[in-house]
Amino acid sequence: MMVAETAALRRSPLAHREAEFAELGQLVPRVSLREEPFLTQVNLRVHPGSPALARIERELGLTLPGRPNTVARVADGSSTALGSLTALGSLTALWLGPDEWLIVAPDGLAAELTERLAAALDGSLGSAVDVSANRTTLLLAGASARAVLESGCAVDLHPRAFGSGDCVQTMLARAQVVLWQLDDRPSYRILVRGSFADYLADWLSATIRTEGKSR
Amino acid sequence: MINTNRLSGASGDRIDRTRILRFTFDGTEYTGHPGDTLASALLANGVLGYGPSIYADRPRGVVSAGTEEPNALVRLRAPQQATMLPATTVELVDGLVADSLSGIGRLDASERVPGADTLCDKKYVHADVVVIGAGPAGLAAAAVAARSGARVLVAEERRELGGALLDARAEQIDGAAAADWIKQQGRQLLEAPETRVLTSSTVVGYYDHNYLLIAQRNPDASGIAQRLWHVRAKQVIIATGAHERPIVFADNDRPGIMLAGAVRRYLNRFAVLPGRRAVVFTSSDSAYDTALDLLAAGGEVSALVDARPEPPQVLVDSVRDAGAEVITGSAVVGTHGAQRITGVRVAPIDADGAITGAVRELDCDLLAVGGGWSPVVHLYGQAGGQLRWDDCAAAFVPAEPVTASRQVIGAARGTFDLAGCVAQGQCAGAKAATEAGYRVAAPAAPEVRGAPRPSRPRQLWLVPGETADPADWTTHFVDLQRDATVRDVWRAVGTGMVSVEHVKRYTTISTGADQGKTSGVNAIGVLAEALGQASIGDVGTTTFRPPYTPVTFSLLAGRDRAELSDPVRTTPIHSWHVEHGALFENVGQWKRPWYYPLHGEDMEQAVLRECRAARTGVAMQDASTLGKIEIVGPDAPEFLNRIYTNGFAKLAVGSARYGLQCKADGMVFDDGVSLRLAEDRYLMTTTTGNAAAVLDWLEEWLQTEWPDLAVHCTSVTEQWSTVAVVGPDSRDVIARLAPDLDVSAAAFPFMAHRETTLASGIPARICRISFSGELAFEVNVASWFGLALWEQVYAAGADYGITPYGTETMHVLRAEKGFPIVGQDTDGTVTPDDLGMGWAIAKHKDFIGKRSFARPDTARTNRKQLVGLLPLDPDEVLPEGAALVEPPVQLNPPVPMLGHVTSSYRSAVLDRGFALALIESGRARIGEVVHAPLGERTVPARVTKPVFYDEEGNRRDGR
Amino acid sequence: MLLIECPWCGGRDETEFGYGGQAHVPYPEDPHALTDAQWAEYVFIRDNPRGPYAERWVHSAGCRRWFNAVRDTGTNDVKATYPIGARKPVTS
Repeated sequence: MMVAETAALRRSPLAHREAEFAELGQLVPRVSLREEPFLTQVNLRVHPGSPALARIERELGLTLPGRPNTVARVADGSSTALGSLTALGSLTALWLGPDEWLIVAPDGLAAELTERLAAALDGSLGSAVDVSANRTTLLLAGASARAVLESGCAVDLHPRAFGSGDCVQTMLARAQVVLWQLDDRPSYRILVRGSFADYLADWLSATIRTEGKSR
Repeated sequence: MINTNRLSGASGDRIDRTRILRFTFDGTEYTGHPGDTLASALLANGVLGYGPSIYADRPRGVVSAGTEEPNALVRLRAPQQATMLPATTVELVDGLVADSLSGIGRLDASERVPGADTLCDKKYVHADVVVIGAGPAGLAAAAVAARSGARVLVAEERRELGGALLDARAEQIDGAAAADWIKQQGRQLLEAPETRVLTSSTVVGYYDHNYLLIAQRNPDASGIAQRLWHVRAKQVIIATGAHERPIVFADNDRPGIMLAGAVRRYLNRFAVLPGRRAVVFTSSDSAYDTALDLLAAGGEVSALVDARPEPPQVLVDSVRDAGAEVITGSAVVGTHGAQRITGVRVAPIDADGAITGAVRELDCDLLAVGGGWSPVVHLYGQAGGQLRWDDCAAAFVPAEPVTASRQVIGAARGTFDLAGCVAQGQCAGAKAATEAGYRVAAPAAPEVRGAPRPSRPRQLWLVPGETADPADWTTHFVDLQRDATVRDVWRAVGTGMVSVEHVKRYTTISTGADQGKTSGVNAIGVLAEALGQASIGDVGTTTFRPPYTPVTFSLLAGRDRAELSDPVRTTPIHSWHVEHGALFENVGQWKRPWYYPLHGEDMEQAVLRECRAARTGVAMQDASTLGKIEIVGPDAPEFLNRIYTNGFAKLAVGSARYGLQCKADGMVFDDGVSLRLAEDRYLMTTTTGNAAAVLDWLEEWLQTEWPDLAVHCTSVTEQWSTVAVVGPDSRDVIARLAPDLDVSAAAFPFMAHRETTLASGIPARICRISFSGELAFEVNVASWFGLALWEQVYAAGADYGITPYGTETMHVLRAEKGFPIVGQDTDGTVTPDDLGMGWAIAKHKDFIGKRSFARPDTARTNRKQLVGLLPLDPDEVLPEGAALVEPPVQLNPPVPMLGHVTSSYRSAVLDRGFALALIESGRARIGEVVHAPLGERTVPARVTKPVFYDEEGNRRDGR
Repeated sequence: MLLIECPWCGGRDETEFGYGGQAHVPYPEDPHALTDAQWAEYVFIRDNPRGPYAERWVHSAGCRRWFNAVRDTGTNDVKATYPIGARKPVTS
């Protein structure tokens, strides 16, 4: 891990909008929006059913989700081979493709996670690439959160079709996102590329304001 | 103000007399009530006429009471702006201001664009069952489907549920009055947890795979004018009802001539008596109810004229018993009146429609016309459904009303009796829900009273004029909105047209804003007569296309307008650029700094200053937008060898190489530098605008052609932020920034890259790459350090006067060196050799596109080639895109072109204008003069090599 | 708006997909062994039937996987979707 002074030089794509998001929460209490900056994200490619995948699952203490568009999660503080990492919070694997997952973990674990994944791959076909700075994460939660997303997302988000533990790569407004439902509140994590973050925040902010005026 | 035509004692109407709404029409103030439309409120005030017709300038009045209205068009000024709406669909609100429209529409340039300030939004939802139309059939279907627990969405065009049932007086369903039955059904829908009811909502488009667009006019959010629902449905039930047809006769366009069903709707729904003394003219049963309702409301009916020689006796008796005359086997053959109808001429007609007896004159101020009903099959047609002519119903009906995922029911299917509509609805609702996975049974068909099954209508489209030749029938209007007449149809046929699609376009019938809702079938009927066809069904119909009713651009745009019209992509350093006065250029969706003018500088001055800094001192650019792809796997070297025209397998770890990518046709597709990070790992950079396309391209080959290659690609464009540090002083700046790094030319050669930790502790990858010909470095850090890095470089370079520069300076610097930009100097028809980059084509390996270089067209020597241009006048800067011709060529078309200017700038270092151009046999023309014709003048320029500066590459290693 | 069944992600709107033209047109084993006419046939010429057509799509905004689809070009009915490398299924 890098020293704290260096870490302090980081700036997340939506750091400058923190106050605006807070104000939005005052205005529209049925939904909250905030950035979760600097989450560790590692893009993992490995062949399903391969010994390398089994090694990685052992290393993570986690069965990578095989069902498309779902997540698997190691709870906070679980004791696994990766215990030192999960002590800092939960670790989640999102299905991105038949041989592709996104491992999401708390801030600061990218180097170690990437290294351990690479070691578990052990030269087998696959790759582990640190993409932590590639996307930032928005947390959208509250009773109206789904209504907000329905203003710009064509995927069926109705509870009968999409629930806690589901994730989907799709378009929200005109930005590609990874959308991931955390709980039934509902809370959603929206992973978006840094260059699109301001655009998406503008769109979300405008949509939330409209939702606030709904009868 | 008194609503002179408002009925006082009417019961069962849908207006709220306890509240008064004030509104203004054509500058006059009127009143109405909640529940009114603008048209019904005006009619209540005795206002029937609107603007005169578009071409013939004839007085026109309201014809209908719905979306099919051809005449009563208004411009809405408040509460919202709308350029053109039928008054029959405008729901009355307090303070409404509208003007009638006349003539050909023109927007007043001095006014704000209507809709510029109206905000619309969108919703994307999915439904198991969508029911379009909440008349008796649709309501019955929706109620049954909702009971199943399925996700049901009901879209009703009007403010209230009920459809045509609301126009009725006597109908009963299961012992309940029509209005009470509607309430019951509505309550069931409200109580079903997964059912959504959208009123004032028109399904405007029905697209592939049950995708519907619904325009909602009263969304539940304030500040939103309209909402566009995008709905994907498992099952769709079309219950859109029917539109009544007029009948074509002489002078059938006078104000006061209305559809019989519309008259009934104004009477019963809006409690408005549209005329004191009416004539009813019909070819079917339903208009008898209009006559009876007029009489019951205290109106006078001069006569009911039925074209059928023997209409059902029970109907005839009912009207006679109520005190009005019934004239059978006859037709209205003409009308009188100026601003309003004052009388009609009635004459007997035979089975062929010919006038057979004396004309009788009848006085009236209202002529209610019922020419039969046309199922509203527009959405069914949009979905690809075919129609067939049903002789009994006298209508085009769906040929395949029931498919696996779609049903058409009720009047839209040609079922015109109430009992049939309700029963059909219940069955359809049950079927749709069951098919969608929510099993439910249809209840027993209800008992319906007061709505007998209609008898067979007469197929009467055209009542002949009193002169013999149809070519003279210039006031037999077929399409009121387009002012198109029987004569126009005859003319079209006279030119030899037989297809209804051709006649439609020739006469413009059905091409108005109403899309021929009242004129379409009559036009086909008139055409059938003109062609001498026995049946209208032999002529066929025109194609139905979305939208069903006009929609505004602002609705289609929704939120995707102004700053949200397209994503604006920014780099982590963007805020610094803004604070330092950069002007921005759009590169794809990115905003990139274009140049940074200092106080008082224009663009040229700023760019010349920035260029000078890069060539003589040090300058810096935000290069974060370049596409970046990490390519990993044991076969990565082989993969890049196949993708790039030049070799990458033997590239040493720690080194970088410039490469070209071609498509299979041999044309340049992208270029960029790839770094070898490890034996099995490369970092490819792509042009800014092409990042996604290149990744798709790589994946296409890996997944579809070379699945055996052990390679994986991951996009890391935004993982890294890049700052280019350029110029003879750049080495000193990098040395200060990264003190751990040996930056000497020997230790850190050109096209090498090094991992290091900056003085600030930030981990960085630094490359020696140059897009300017100068000594230059590119510093890459995790993007969240991007801004910090930029500020550190700026600080480290302060002593050297480091100068931020934008894309314009980058372009000038690279053009001085003859480096092409893919997409600017190429256009998908340019090979590497055309660019003079034959050196980048590997001889001893195959790659995508190589085979095409041997094709005769690709191998010919007179292709357009990239060369330089120096205008003979050094002050001249040619416009990019300028055409180039041989000097003696006369500028009379067609002018043989040699090529065009692809890039053109003023150079600080050359102190003159210069350009790059693609020119036929360009390399063979070096030294020759070509001409650029620029309007009035022609600019001569000399063809040169495309390298203008430091051809030997001496500056690459700096001082 | 077509509803296209990604073999992995299920049905999504066509706007999430990229089109890749006719399926089952393999890259020639050795392009240099082909005549110019044969090579031009591979590079430029594709079938254009009215009716069932096997074509390639990529789920660009989703899982980024290429796959094949049999679509009736007359009705837009998508009769089948199947992974690259799988045989073209028999459709009615």
